[in-house]
Amino acid sequence: MLGNVDLTLVDWSRAQFALTAIYHWFFVPLTLGLSFLIAIMETIYVRTGNEEWKKITKFWMKLFGINFAIGIATGIILEFEFGTNWSNYSWLVGDIFGAPLAIEGILAFFIESTFIAIMFFGWNKVSKKYHLASTWLVAFGSNLSALWILVANSWMQSPVGMHFNPETARSEMLNIWDVILSPVAENKFLHTITSAYVLASLFVICVSSWYIYKKRDLLFAKRSIVISAVFGLIAALFVAITGDGSAYAVAQKQPMKLAAMEGLYQGQKGADLILFGVLRSDAQQDKTDNFLFKIGAPKMLSILGYRSGDAYVPGIKDLVDGNKQENIMSTAEKMDRGKIALAALRSYKEFRKMNDKAKADSSLVVFNQYSQYMGYGYFDKPSDVVPNVPLTFYSFRIMIILGVFFILLLMVILFYAVRNKLESKRILLFFSILSFPLAFIASQAGWIVTEVGRQPWVIQDLMPTSVATTHISSTSVMTTFFLFAVLFTVLLIAEIKIMINQIKSGPKGGDNV
Amino acid sequence: MLLRVGHIFKSIFLFYYDGFRSMTIGKKLWTIILIKLFIMFIVLKIFFFPDFLKTNFSTDSQRSDYVLDQLTKTK
Repeated sequence: MLGNVDLTLVDWSRAQFALTAIYHWFFVPLTLGLSFLIAIMETIYVRTGNEEWKKITKFWMKLFGINFAIGIATGIILEFEFGTNWSNYSWLVGDIFGAPLAIEGILAFFIESTFIAIMFFGWNKVSKKYHLASTWLVAFGSNLSALWILVANSWMQSPVGMHFNPETARSEMLNIWDVILSPVAENKFLHTITSAYVLASLFVICVSSWYIYKKRDLLFAKRSIVISAVFGLIAALFVAITGDGSAYAVAQKQPMKLAAMEGLYQGQKGADLILFGVLRSDAQQDKTDNFLFKIGAPKMLSILGYRSGDAYVPGIKDLVDGNKQENIMSTAEKMDRGKIALAALRSYKEFRKMNDKAKADSSLVVFNQYSQYMGYGYFDKPSDVVPNVPLTFYSFRIMIILGVFFILLLMVILFYAVRNKLESKRILLFFSILSFPLAFIASQAGWIVTEVGRQPWVIQDLMPTSVATTHISSTSVMTTFFLFAVLFTVLLIAEIKIMINQIKSGPKGGDNV
Repeated sequence: MLLRVGHIFKSIFLFYYDGFRSMTIGKKLWTIILIKLFIMFIVLKIFFFPDFLKTNFSTDSQRSDYVLDQLTKTK
């Protein structure tokens, strides 16, 4: 069935969406994390009355403002793309996404826009406590905005609380709480925002370390480092805990993604978690050893995925070919059932047009019986359900290795910061400066695991990515791809340039934004 | 009462007016924001990103039929 899909169009549409999302994600995590760091710094100022803390707060607020201004509305482009490039998908999810995205829009507009003005313009015009409350509300508002977007994304990974209506071709929400409180959504939200806090903390540490390296603004830099190291370390530990929750949810809801994350071609009981490994370039499901080299933690994958050291973790071969012993249905069987569902949906649609209610009803009964496999009906061969394994595998390793590095780095920084010995630790300062770009790499790698690992699905088991696209010319998608590449690159350069100028000016570089 | 409401609006106006007037780097940022919004909403949205289903169909029923056709299309 996918034979009638223009893969060039699908690939360009995916590339464009990935490009836009990656650029958008350059701005978002800094906003999410810095907003809380600023609120904490200002709280210390209000409680102590120490003017140095006011100066610290205002400087980071200025950098927050630059990032917020450059990044604002970059996410809107994703919504443009939904309507133009992904119309089948947009129609299908309209009922589910409408409420969360509308709430997101209202919150983003009213909470952030109102209180952000008080945050920047309100110094000396409103009371200290009112100003502080505004700063906290900006932090909560921006993080609450992220909640709704992440709930929408989680629903695509695990579509719960909905029912597909064959009359309207839409997924209709049955219970909003099932959507918001699904384990996938809870873990994704907490994992994503806490990783953003780590990134923002590393930003503050990076800039402050540079000041210390240059032996300037020392008190300012040291205080900023202590606050951000504590905040970042707590957040990093939460990232690890919620990462564990996410892995568990992936094992239950997206076992193919977990197999790709681990390069696990053949399932096993008591499966190891690969800590380091190099996949063979010709890795495939029928080979028993697909690694050139690997170091694994014994039974950890079974424990992480199924909370039991002896649990069976299905590999790619099990999920494609099936495994009767482990009660895993083959993809070929799912495809057959999916094709029955699609044929029934087609008949239902045609009989309804002919006003033949009896036949339409009987088609509907068949459709409902097989509808959970509907998405599989679009595939031509079972191997179509396998995502890009090397990209998912290596992105996952990069994210994990950097995550562990950040925890260690934050602990060491905090240790030396509270002992006031950072100035003499030149190598540590160098790594602290380096940590910020590494945090972006870790963050983007995490999204690659999430989004590449779930391919070929745009909505798990319901809609493959290739079916979600609009039948438009791939040339127009290519054109807008390059337009975005230019636009976003210009914005990013502008942000970096303005940011660097402000950092060079330092905390004494003027009060106003 | 009217005077009080008028005073509130005047205070809000002055709050924003003073805030914008005393901006330093903010002026450059607002210029970037306005250029960006112009490019996004006037150039990109209108010329490159029409809503496919809204543009090509006039009712939800037509849109449903079209998407159903797409979902059930055979080779």
